[in-house]
Amino acid sequence: MYSLSVIVRTICDVFAWFLAVFGVYVIIHGHLTPGGGFQGGAVVATLFAFLLVAYGGKKFIPFYKSSLFSWFETVGLLLFIGTGLVGLGTTFFYNFLAGQGGLFGSTVPIGPNSGVLNSSGTIALMNMAVGVEVIGGLSLILYYMFKGIRLYEESGSEETGHDR
Amino acid sequence: MKRQVLFLVALIIVVGTLWGGLSRIHQFGDPGAAPMDDYYLHNAQAERSANNIVTSIVFDYRGFDTLGEAAVLFTAVCSVLVVFRKGGHN
Repeated sequence: MYSLSVIVRTICDVFAWFLAVFGVYVIIHGHLTPGGGFQGGAVVATLFAFLLVAYGGKKFIPFYKSSLFSWFETVGLLLFIGTGLVGLGTTFFYNFLAGQGGLFGSTVPIGPNSGVLNSSGTIALMNMAVGVEVIGGLSLILYYMFKGIRLYEESGSEETGHDR
Repeated sequence: MKRQVLFLVALIIVVGTLWGGLSRIHQFGDPGAAPMDDYYLHNAQAERSANNIVTSIVFDYRGFDTLGEAAVLFTAVCSVLVVFRKGGHN
């Protein structure tokens, strides 16, 4: 896949970082606004699809650190399970932080309100863990599939890499 | 001929089961008794102090389900890596 024209690359330079900031906003405000870890992670993973389409594989593959995003995925899943396990004194996935004061522990007024970011206990932590996992997972799927296409094209459009 | 008879029997069973289920479904716009929904709507904000009740259901009340979804994503990445890996069988 070759890089697209300079117009597309300039638009990508300008708007890709807004895309990343919007995705992180959706993840962090998951307990206040529609969205959450899965949706925000998918928005951030769109950034990598955008970069791949605009810049092509020759620039994208050295830029994309696949081991780092593999760590993202593993750490996100382990953080999610770990947050569930910490509440095991009561039940699995018990919300031990909500309403206790401290980290994510503020209480919210009942009924419609403008939203308190420092609320909802483990829900916010799990949103962030799932967001990190989805960023890693979806961008890794994109990366592996693109490398699979390259493998297919380099072998003379005949599949020799898998079956012998 | 035997295959057609078997097909007819299977069709009658499937259509009969679906029809029997659908004829007993609640009216459109009238969900009937929903004590669980009412509990979430009235108590979720006080118990879990999150404004977004959907998130508090998905990540707290039904957290185990979300664990399954996260595991599905992990499995998807593993299987994509296996399918698109480089090299042969050995």
